[in-house]
Amino acid sequence: MRLGTQEELQHAGQAYAAMLEHCERRVVVCAGTGCVANGALDVYKSFCLGIETAGLPVLTELKREAIEAPADGGVFVSRSGCQGFCQMGPLVTVLPDNTLYTRVKPDDVREIIDATLRTGQVVTRLLYLDQRHNTPCRGVPEIPFYQQQHRFVLKSCGSIDPESLDEYLSSGGYSAAQRAYTEMVPKELCELMTRSGLRGRGGGGFPTGKKWELARLQPNPQKYVICNGDEGDPGAFMDRSVMEGNPHSVLEGLMIAARAIRADKAYVYVRAEYPLAVKRMRKAVADAERVGLLGDNIFGSGQRLQCEVMEGAGAFVCGEETALISSIEGKRGMPHPKPPFPAQRGLWDKPTVINNVETLATVPLILKNGVEAFLALGTRRSPGTKTFALTGHVANTGLIEVPFGTTLRQVVCDIGGGVTNDAGEPLSTGFKAVQIGGPSGGCLTADNLDLSLDFDSLTGIGAMVGSGGLVVMNEHTCMVAMARFFMQFTQNESCGKCVLCREGTKQMLMLLDDIVTGKGTLETLTLLEQLARAVQKGSLCGLGKTAPNPVLSMLKKFRSEYEAHVVDKRCPAGRCRALVPPDISAQKCKGCGVCLKACAVGAIRGERKHVHTIDQTLCVRCGACVSACKLGAISGAQL
Amino acid sequence: MNNANVVEIDGRTMSIGDERNLFELIRKADVDLPTFCYHSELSVYGACRLCMVEVEGRGLVASCSLSPEPGMKVRTHTEELRELRRISIELLLANHEQACPTCVKSASCQLQALARRLGIQKVRFKSTTRPHAVDRSTPYLVREPHKCILCGDCVRMCSEVQSVGAIGFANRGAAVSVQPAFGKDLAEVACVGCGQCASVCPTGALAPRSEVEQIWGALGDKRKTVVAQIAPAVRVALGELFGLPAGANAIGQAVAALKRLGFAHVYDTAFGADLTVMEETHEFLKRKAANEPLPLFTSCCPAWVRFAEQYLPELVPNLSTCKSPQQMLGAVLKAQLPQSLGIARGDLVIVAIMPCTAKKGEAQLPKFREGNDADVDHVLTTVELAGMIEAAGLRWERLAPESLEMPFGSKSGAGLIFGSTGGVSEAVLRHAAHAQSKGAAAVATKSVRGEAGMRETEVHVGDATWRFAVVHGLAHARRLAERIRRREVHYDFVEVMACPGGCVNGAGNPVAKDKATRTLRTKGLYDADTMLEAHVADENQHLAACYRDLLEAPGSARAHALLHTHYQHRCRLQGETLALHQAPSGQGVSVNVCVGTGCHVRGAPELLRGLLRAVDAEGLTENVAVQASFCHENCDRGPVLTIGDQVITRCDLAKAKKAVFDAVRS
Amino acid sequence: MSQAEPAFVGEGRRFQRVCDILALHQHDPARLIPVLQAVQHEYRYLPAEVMAYVATALHLPPAHVYGVATFYSHFALVPKGKYVVRLCDGTACHVKRSEPILQALRQKLRVSAAKPTTPDLMFTVETVSCLGACGLAPVMLVNDTVHGQVTPEAALKIVDDLLTKEELP
Ligand SMILES: Cc1cc2nc3c(=O)[nH]c(=O)nc-3n(C[C@H](O)[C@H](O)[C@H](O)COP(=O)(O)O)c2cc1C
Ligand code: SF4
Ligand code: SF4
Ligand code: SF4
Ligand code: SF4
Ligand code: SF4
Ligand code: SF4
Ligand code: SF4
Ligand code: SF4
Ligand code: FES
Ligand code: FES
Ligand code: FES
Ligand code: FES
Repeated sequence: MRLGTQEELQHAGQAYAAMLEHCERRVVVCAGTGCVANGALDVYKSFCLGIETAGLPVLTELKREAIEAPADGGVFVSRSGCQGFCQMGPLVTVLPDNTLYTRVKPDDVREIIDATLRTGQVVTRLLYLDQRHNTPCRGVPEIPFYQQQHRFVLKSCGSIDPESLDEYLSSGGYSAAQRAYTEMVPKELCELMTRSGLRGRGGGGFPTGKKWELARLQPNPQKYVICNGDEGDPGAFMDRSVMEGNPHSVLEGLMIAARAIRADKAYVYVRAEYPLAVKRMRKAVADAERVGLLGDNIFGSGQRLQCEVMEGAGAFVCGEETALISSIEGKRGMPHPKPPFPAQRGLWDKPTVINNVETLATVPLILKNGVEAFLALGTRRSPGTKTFALTGHVANTGLIEVPFGTTLRQVVCDIGGGVTNDAGEPLSTGFKAVQIGGPSGGCLTADNLDLSLDFDSLTGIGAMVGSGGLVVMNEHTCMVAMARFFMQFTQNESCGKCVLCREGTKQMLMLLDDIVTGKGTLETLTLLEQLARAVQKGSLCGLGKTAPNPVLSMLKKFRSEYEAHVVDKRCPAGRCRALVPPDISAQKCKGCGVCLKACAVGAIRGERKHVHTIDQTLCVRCGACVSACKLGAISGAQL
Repeated sequence: MNNANVVEIDGRTMSIGDERNLFELIRKADVDLPTFCYHSELSVYGACRLCMVEVEGRGLVASCSLSPEPGMKVRTHTEELRELRRISIELLLANHEQACPTCVKSASCQLQALARRLGIQKVRFKSTTRPHAVDRSTPYLVREPHKCILCGDCVRMCSEVQSVGAIGFANRGAAVSVQPAFGKDLAEVACVGCGQCASVCPTGALAPRSEVEQIWGALGDKRKTVVAQIAPAVRVALGELFGLPAGANAIGQAVAALKRLGFAHVYDTAFGADLTVMEETHEFLKRKAANEPLPLFTSCCPAWVRFAEQYLPELVPNLSTCKSPQQMLGAVLKAQLPQSLGIARGDLVIVAIMPCTAKKGEAQLPKFREGNDADVDHVLTTVELAGMIEAAGLRWERLAPESLEMPFGSKSGAGLIFGSTGGVSEAVLRHAAHAQSKGAAAVATKSVRGEAGMRETEVHVGDATWRFAVVHGLAHARRLAERIRRREVHYDFVEVMACPGGCVNGAGNPVAKDKATRTLRTKGLYDADTMLEAHVADENQHLAACYRDLLEAPGSARAHALLHTHYQHRCRLQGETLALHQAPSGQGVSVNVCVGTGCHVRGAPELLRGLLRAVDAEGLTENVAVQASFCHENCDRGPVLTIGDQVITRCDLAKAKKAVFDAVRS
Repeated sequence: MSQAEPAFVGEGRRFQRVCDILALHQHDPARLIPVLQAVQHEYRYLPAEVMAYVATALHLPPAHVYGVATFYSHFALVPKGKYVVRLCDGTACHVKRSEPILQALRQKLRVSAAKPTTPDLMFTVETVSCLGACGLAPVMLVNDTVHGQVTPEAALKIVDDLLTKEELP
């Protein structure tokens, strides 16, 4: 089969849709990484087996051959990509009933088959329970987690079978690419993107149309497009979900980008930790090649496009475009100074457009729905939607998608269901901060709860959309320790090329270490700030330039907490072990007196065979007593 | 001046020319911006961040990575920039074992100089230095990785200019370091000893290995007669270390200083160069006449020779068999002086003063010694000589110039210009033209001069047309050799110098701040040539006497014994073998197949696979151990297989099977 | 392959695999990273002599290959354990307290950041930044299996189960 024309595309899609029509029901088991970790594959198998045993016809694949003689009835069991609510996984959706079951175990399958598949009844105990009203929710529209979201890029992610080209076609897949190749010239495509106001989702928010136009105008006839699927922000997994859940949408976007600059070679660079995404993207490419969507003379346009999926090898910095290019060239992923920008001189010194996964997945949607519809979403300067990975101390964690301009409060309270403690139990108060944009981003506090989440307002307050990690932190989180954690990350991931980042982040980490271990002074804070600004100004690439953001924004918002660490030698959140006063447990202490001898400053008192106590005004928190006590009766004070 | 095409630098208007970047333009505005990682002959790296300037409307930018654009307003020193630079240097110092007083680079270290320039009096950060082993594995360089600031200059020099890539970055982030492959020592990898990496190294992390102590020892030893030979390129650079302008000929002071240091005699390596001209021209004309393989490659640069031995096995037969001038003169001195001075050979110490690190390695090659006694005992660099002069407290400005001694201090101008790229070719041309057409129409011998990395010229001598090529920088040599191998070009004679610019820019000379310094040194040599009476090697009267008394004639058996050598293919990576197959008993026949580059392209992998299969098929897995290793130094006759002492070249599967099965049976 | 086959035949076969990998990538030096990935798949790490061979075959300086192999964290220059336990220390997992899990694992297996592999080459304990399953934080990966919402106790149990499995004949 070759899909070279609009008719052929439509026909293929419709044929598949017709087959779907003939199925009586469809069971979609979420097979994203989260649900699989929770046993989704066993659930899937149980369905296939169980339905068969129950004597119903079961289909696991809709075959083209069946088009001629569609068999009526039958249950189509398929797998999908992540639906964003991994916490509640494995998720099972039954269509057309639109019932969503959560935390499904293989043992539950029998009941679902008997009740829902046979008689259309609902298994209430497996429904999601809205804790606030204590009401079970039958499907997505009723679940608060989904209610405030606008799933646009992620729309098909949780429903379609990511490994099926037909399924993508049946929802109008590749029609945008077909239009781009047959009805539009590159210049028009660039203009269209510019008009849509689409801004890169990879972090910087650079206007996609402008980037394409710059590359398009380069005289060099050899050009490249690259899809950046390196997603390294430690706490974000949006791109993964798109690549795993709807790989063809990414590929279609990439094809359109290639058309817009007349590139004949495309790369998809996927992070090494995402083997499933690699597999899915490779399959998508192979399927597209098989039907002629990739290769020579695409849609009869005369343009050719080859696509290769490359697996990263474990380096966060390779998300940076010039480093990514070096990596594709088989070199160490060390960034290069810009200019020249990749759009001018990129891969093999040829003009190269690099776009983020989500950016590319948005592109076909803009072509399909029209610029106006896209502009209607989001804010004026940040149109469209953005996916976020909502994690941390929040009741509902997961992958969400909201229009730009949604407020932080809506995200944390409505979608996220409010702040929780460590154990995940909801707290009525206790919200402290949100870290947005991961290790390159900044923190938002209660003051920012009504801030509109969009590129400009975030940059305005020293934070950034970044890749889309949103980590909610409750009041028991120590902001110094958090800053230290991010610093540790950037320090580990620095490529080591430029002085300020390589040496500067190392020194910043050491200064933060001093602070969390009570060795800091007010001068430490001053030096930390000075150094942070130098690293920010002087580093070669985005990694170093943004590495100080968490520290600087936390220092700004939570200065008193930093001061408590260095002046009072106290960790207000009680998390920095070295700053927690030693405490003798009355239950465990047998009064042996070993600690008393170990204490060099005589802070410990007590009679033999009686519980000992510590005079906190004398204690210098050296930790000697803690290690001395053989019974482990003393906690805290570990340097 | 086009008004629109200007940049304002600290209020000064500069017009944009063909500068590579804003950095160059700022230099033209007479601002010496600090830098560690920018080098006009290397790619822009952008790592040191010291070159940052403020551009109006753009904030702080690295000037090395930006093109000047009309209308830019640039400020090169603001408080913000000063603080940024200070912090950068402090960060580097915090990660630096500051041992300046005892550091080889103390006098020329840029880290130290910048710390001083920026007025850094305190490092606000904690020390993060880590111990690193010092690498003294080679005779020519010392690596002290703990002094490395990771500017990458050496790495780019070695790969971009020299196409060797012996050293590279390893690890990531705070653990990054510059290392030979697999953390080996420099002596175990493909390094050719050119020392150019050390020339660009701003700190003491890479520096020529000093032999000063041994020389002091020899000078202090009453039994020894210490004789110096001094290379052409030394005299035009030595003065720079004592405040003279580049190119100023300081041979007179150098001789005076050497004498005062205790050298018994001071001779001129240019005498050796004249010998080289005689021998090489003879060889060239003979090859030409006998239709032997051409081009003839020069062999006076040991770094190039080593490069050819490692990378160009099929061109090794094209290398002139002539020793370098240093080794020629060393051999002649060791052959003649003991007799004329009435001392034992063992008590004669020859010290060569060279602009070169590779010559330190060359002097120690086993083939250049008689028994245990080397033809050249020690090699001293220009910088090391200056150090000895300083150590002895000799006041340079008070040194009255003295003359080199005869007979070995004599030379023609041809021998002198050896120190610059194109010099050897010109010297050979002069002599050949002279020999072929005695006094006939002047040959365009100057056509080989120039600065381009690769030059070619056609010269008409009598009826003949000779095609000469001159290259400097090994990457150019590699490219040229490739083209010759592919028969895209044909030359009769090819001169190769490893150092860009030739020996005047050798790693033993003071670091040339810019290309202009190099040009001035070259000019110094050509000026010296014009000052001499003889411009052609065979006009050197003492040379003629030397042939008469010692060497017979160019190309004679005696001349061959003293002045010529042989070459071998050399392994590029030592100590790695792939154990593919071990006999379980630990015994059995041990077979080794070379999978080095030479053998690889000649089908070694296929041979190995076939052999492994055959061993398996014949059920000999118990009796045979198979290994692969990298280069048996027989590269143009690969694939090479060894079984015990037996070496099979041009091996194929049939030969291999037969040899292995025979060995197992016996 | 059958257990009875002598180990050295395996070595020879691995070499042949390396040759195949190189051929598959057309001896293209730009494909160094995929080549090393495939080679590491064969050997479970990158032995220096194999890297030297790859360098020769791709006409790259060995220092370049070494530089690349030491840049990317997925390349291992020393052998790893049979079970590679990778504990996520990404933001989400960190906030959900992955640290104590790491401590517990390291203590149990007597390994550290500097020496992540047990002497019997059974276990390697590493941290990674985000496995992309943050919704299940804290997350632990054992070879290819993802374990979500791990606690120190759960992690130790997983290790214990593997140990028991190994002890069975
Ligand atoms: C250290 C660093 C890491 C980055 N990581 C990613 C990443 O994982 N994914 C991504 O799409 N962009 C990442 N970026 C941004 C890219 O460099 C680039 O701007 C982006 O891929 C462009 O695509 P867009 O215009 O579609 O956003 C990173 C940038 C830096 C400086
Ligand atoms: S800022 Fe950091 S990651 Fe970027 S080039 Fe410099 S050292 Fe490398
Ligand atoms: S050492 Fe422990 S048990 Fe003994 S007195 Fe102190 S706290 Fe009590
Ligand atoms: S921490 Fe140190 S000072 Fe404080 S009570 Fe224990 S031993 Fe004494
Ligand atoms: S390299 Fe420079 S700064 Fe370092 S010890 Fe030597 S002279 Fe001092
Ligand atoms: S300059 Fe200062 S530190 Fe250096 S040797 Fe002199 S007194 Fe000592
Ligand atoms: S001496 Fe020459 S070949 Fe050796 S490492 Fe330095 S630059 Fe490379
Ligand atoms: S050895 Fe010298 S030239 Fe090389 S990176 Fe280090 S400091 Fe720079
Ligand atoms: S060009 Fe001259 S200085 Fe440089 S390595 Fe060769 S012989 Fe030595
Ligand atoms: S993996 Fe199933 S909801 Fe995320
Ligand atoms: S000279 Fe520009 S960064 Fe080093
Ligand atoms: S490569 Fe040198 S002998 Fe094989
Ligand atoms: S932070 Fe652990 S899986 Fe993302």
